[in-house]
Amino acid sequence: MALKKKAIILDKDGIDRAIKRISHEILENNKGIKGLVIVGIRSRGEYLAYRIAESIKKISGKKVPVGILDITLYRDDLTEIAEQPILKESNIDYNITGKKIVLVDDVLFTGRTIRCAMDQLIDFGRPSVIQLAVLIDRGHRELPIRADYVGKNVPTSLNEVIEVKLKEVDKIDEVDICEKPKK
Amino acid sequence: MSATKNTITWTKKDLLGLEYLSKEEIELILDHAKSFKEVLLRPLRKVPTLRGKTVANLFYEPSTRTRISFELAAKRLSADVINIVKESSSIQKGETLIDTGRNLEALKIDIIVVRHGSSGAPAALSRAVDISVVNAGDGWHEHPTQALLDIFTLREKLGKINGLKISIIGDIAHSRVARSNIWGFTKLGAKVTVCAPKKLIPKGIEKLGVKITSDVDDAIKDADAINVLRMQFERDEKAAFPSKIQYFKNFGITEERLKRAKKDIVVMHPGPINRGVEMSAEVADGSKSVILKQVTNGIAVRMAVLYLVAHHKRNI
Repeated sequence: MALKKKAIILDKDGIDRAIKRISHEILENNKGIKGLVIVGIRSRGEYLAYRIAESIKKISGKKVPVGILDITLYRDDLTEIAEQPILKESNIDYNITGKKIVLVDDVLFTGRTIRCAMDQLIDFGRPSVIQLAVLIDRGHRELPIRADYVGKNVPTSLNEVIEVKLKEVDKIDEVDICEKPKK
Repeated sequence: MSATKNTITWTKKDLLGLEYLSKEEIELILDHAKSFKEVLLRPLRKVPTLRGKTVANLFYEPSTRTRISFELAAKRLSADVINIVKESSSIQKGETLIDTGRNLEALKIDIIVVRHGSSGAPAALSRAVDISVVNAGDGWHEHPTQALLDIFTLREKLGKINGLKISIIGDIAHSRVARSNIWGFTKLGAKVTVCAPKKLIPKGIEKLGVKITSDVDDAIKDADAINVLRMQFERDEKAAFPSKIQYFKNFGITEERLKRAKKDIVVMHPGPINRGVEMSAEVADGSKSVILKQVTNGIAVRMAVLYLVAHHKRNI
């Protein structure tokens, strides 16, 4: 499926600024880093989580633990999706009881991914709070979920796709809005 | 990173044997098993993936570890499990198995895990029903999940399979484990040697691309790993070996024999072990042995298999 690129929403500087602002907001909201764990959702959320942790370290001088979740096994649509998802391990310190978790993902859309991630976290333990940070909120929620930290709000139509490219995997830092080809 | 490694999709309804899988399909199962092993390390060793699905363990032959391993694998994935265990003597091959399978299908079972004394029974069952069939050992034919866990354990230990020298030592003639091992390891690029008393080497086995020897020291000498099979005296009608003591003397793996092997040789055994027959207790419990790791990995591998057949994408 070839996507037609319509516009660049964020360039490298835009992404950097968003990460920096989100990091400041996380620190302010939680009054420092005590008990904080940044948890990225595979795959793009993983890289954003490391960037936020790095940024928090620059600001506060302190290191925040990072965990990675693979939510494939918690998905509610495994039998419906056309593509078999690639299953990978989660990599997280399971002792999250009492911790302040900041979940990180690239795009907030229906909210179902976040629902899976929260189910999984709660199977590991009882965090004192779960917050959500996303680079892009594109709307169209199907569940009562909202983000605490948003890089950029982008109103979209269902015919559009948000492509987040990060240099760790895509060789470039850029967020595009694209259009699905008409059938 | 390996993020883009698995570009293939699992399209098979069943797992009948490694003979019928491509190298890529075997690797897909192994990569998934790696992720499922992580689930086994969690404080809550359960994921909701197969919630609402039901797995039937249909065992026509006695088995402890394979059945328990499949049952645990299904439960770790939140599937419901029923166990149907029959004495092999009370069962006839053919319609009875097919009828049982059709009844399980009518009972809305999703996956049948079948162990049967006749080679090809799972394949026959698979043709008769639309639900998934997983072979848990059929006659002298195949035991695919055992070979997958052997391969998984060795890959975990040594980082790769391609180019390794692997010797399978013991009762090759009566062993479905040996056959599945040969298919799996050779497809992944290992060089396989089989070693057994002459009467326990089946005719035509060399056609599978293996080296044959009856000299156990020769089999051990250059091997990166040995998979030692249980001597199945209960099946040995030809009396290939007069006694267990004699077998141990000629073929048993001992510390003394391993002194002449590679320093970091890996010793595997599918269990149950006859200590003092196929190998000495010192070897079984020694630092080269990965036997208990195989048991743990067996759950992860079977979780991967159940997951993949449950979510297979039909070839259209």
